Amino acid sequence: MTAVLEIAGLQKTYRSRKGVRRALDGFDMTVEAGQVHGFLGPNGSGKTTTLRTLLGLIRPNGGRMAILGREVPESLPEVAGQVGAIVESPQFFGNFTAQDTLSLLADAGGVRKERVAAVLELVGLRDRAKDRVKTYSLGMKQRLAVASALLKEPKLLILDEPANGLDPGGIREMRTLMRNLAESGMTVVLSSHILGEIQLICDSVTIISAGRRVAAGSVADVLKTHTSSSVKVALEPGVDTRTAIELLRANGAQVTVEHDHFTVGNAGNPAQITRILAEREIYVSELTPLSADLESVFLELTGTAPVEGQNRQVDQSAAAPAPASGGWGQ
Amino acid sequence: MSLYSAETRRLTKRRFTKLFLLGVTLILAAVAAGMFFTNEKAGPEQIASAQAQAQQDYQRSLEQFQRDKTECQAAQGTAQASNWPPGCEGMVEPTIEDFQTQWYMPPTFDFRENFPDMVTTLAALLAMVAFIVGASFVGAEWSSGGMMNLLLWRPQRLRVLGTKLAALLVFFTALTVVFSAIWTGLFYLIAQARGSSESMTSGAWQSIALMELRGLALVVVAGAVGFGLASLGRHTAMALGVTIGAVIVFQFGLGTVLSLASVKFAEAYLIPVWMIAWMNKEVKIEDYNSCDFSSASGCVPDSLTLTWPMAGGILAAVFVVIVGASMWTMRSRDVT
Repeated sequence: MTAVLEIAGLQKTYRSRKGVRRALDGFDMTVEAGQVHGFLGPNGSGKTTTLRTLLGLIRPNGGRMAILGREVPESLPEVAGQVGAIVESPQFFGNFTAQDTLSLLADAGGVRKERVAAVLELVGLRDRAKDRVKTYSLGMKQRLAVASALLKEPKLLILDEPANGLDPGGIREMRTLMRNLAESGMTVVLSSHILGEIQLICDSVTIISAGRRVAAGSVADVLKTHTSSSVKVALEPGVDTRTAIELLRANGAQVTVEHDHFTVGNAGNPAQITRILAEREIYVSELTPLSADLESVFLELTGTAPVEGQNRQVDQSAAAPAPASGGWGQ
Repeated sequence: MSLYSAETRRLTKRRFTKLFLLGVTLILAAVAAGMFFTNEKAGPEQIASAQAQAQQDYQRSLEQFQRDKTECQAAQGTAQASNWPPGCEGMVEPTIEDFQTQWYMPPTFDFRENFPDMVTTLAALLAMVAFIVGASFVGAEWSSGGMMNLLLWRPQRLRVLGTKLAALLVFFTALTVVFSAIWTGLFYLIAQARGSSESMTSGAWQSIALMELRGLALVVVAGAVGFGLASLGRHTAMALGVTIGAVIVFQFGLGTVLSLASVKFAEAYLIPVWMIAWMNKEVKIEDYNSCDFSSASGCVPDSLTLTWPMAGGILAAVFVVIVGASMWTMRSRDVT
């Protein structure tokens, strides 16, 4: 597979009177051709800065970027015709109609006029095309933004939060659209906070936190890397659970007590659990590896899981990558 | 070229542009109508009427004079004498020269004499519209996010901003040329119907054409300055704010301070004076606190003449500085 998008060691520093803030701190990312690639990160982690930098809106302080094999920003004017993008919330001049907006963009980009009607049909705005954009709901503006990105039939489509403001039907339509576009050979980079959606439609993901990549690869690989360490443990009815938990904790296990079972978070070798408990004649009735979903992996990697009694601030996220494997019992 | 035509379409499609053009057209129509209805052609009938009016006023004044003189003479030797000049001397008898016919003529539109003021009116109005529309054209693009969208399509910042500016200036150049032609034709017709154009020579026409050309330059610079300021601040309000600030600081604040400080030729620091110098080719400012004495003409105040090349130099400098700064910031600042 060839890489459609490559970012290596990207750096962006903002200086102000309050000091220096590293928005991107040596960020890396690779997207292969024909994939739907999820780009995830908590608020303020550098997602939008990355996309803006990639698209020439922000100048980086260091690093290397390439789109379709061409170095950017130097070659951006040449590759821009093959890249469709929306960055952050959809922004359009409110007094123009959707038709006017797209028609002016088509004019500016030298795109065939017929594409305007085609993309309006594709995103479901055909019947509202002659209404002013300021009368649109957020979801409709979002559809218009996607239409504008699709207008030039790009090879690479970059969408920042495309499902933002969409109704459930719209989210499903967007999911189908992304898949269809990928099947037609288009590469799609999707930034979103709806992790369930990402898990459903993305082939691969990159997770960014505090300006650095903390995980990357196919969705299956990223999940697999973070599923092996937790197991659900249930004991026979009538057994003293407290003793079992104390015993495991004394051996270094990270135990979380649930209603009728407990989980061991760092169970690299689940056999250790049965052995320790069996030595004290405590027998398990269930020992199940917990499969992580993308949301829990994301929260673990970025360190943004809510903690009871604490109000997490936007810049509080993990910078260092989490260990890929291993844990208690190995 | 596609970007240029898209920007021209964007400019002409905007409601703001349409509203301001409609507004300025209505104002200009009102000015033309006002000039038409307040002027009259000076024919034999108007001359006869003016002569009769002058004669009537002369007779009335003469009768009043005779009455006053009789009363004055009657009052001599009484307490009322103090109300009149001593010995009734010094009472001035009106003459027919005091009631010249021309002063009783209705206003008449002399094309050569009056049209230059109309050219200045047109240029000032169009310059104001160019400034506001220019500021809004790019300011609204920045504040609505349209500029960012456009840069995603054409990631060539200077080209995008330069093309937008070119579309704006070409539009206002064409508009000013068309409006000037219509304005000239309209007032020529008004002069034919309600005044005179007989004194027009080829030299006078040339002078008017050059004045309209200077008006065009004023409109272009105003449009570019509005555009440049709004682009620097990335908002329409930036241009309008700077303008209001400049008016308050320069016209009222600085004008008052300079006047209180008795600064020589204080008017030279006021923007409208330079605009008049540009349009009328020169403005003479006099310092009434000074006296250049000569035995031939007595006390003559010092004067400073502002000429159109001086005003043109300032216009060019403002254009270069503001457009240059907006291009530089476009090139170097992040789009966030």
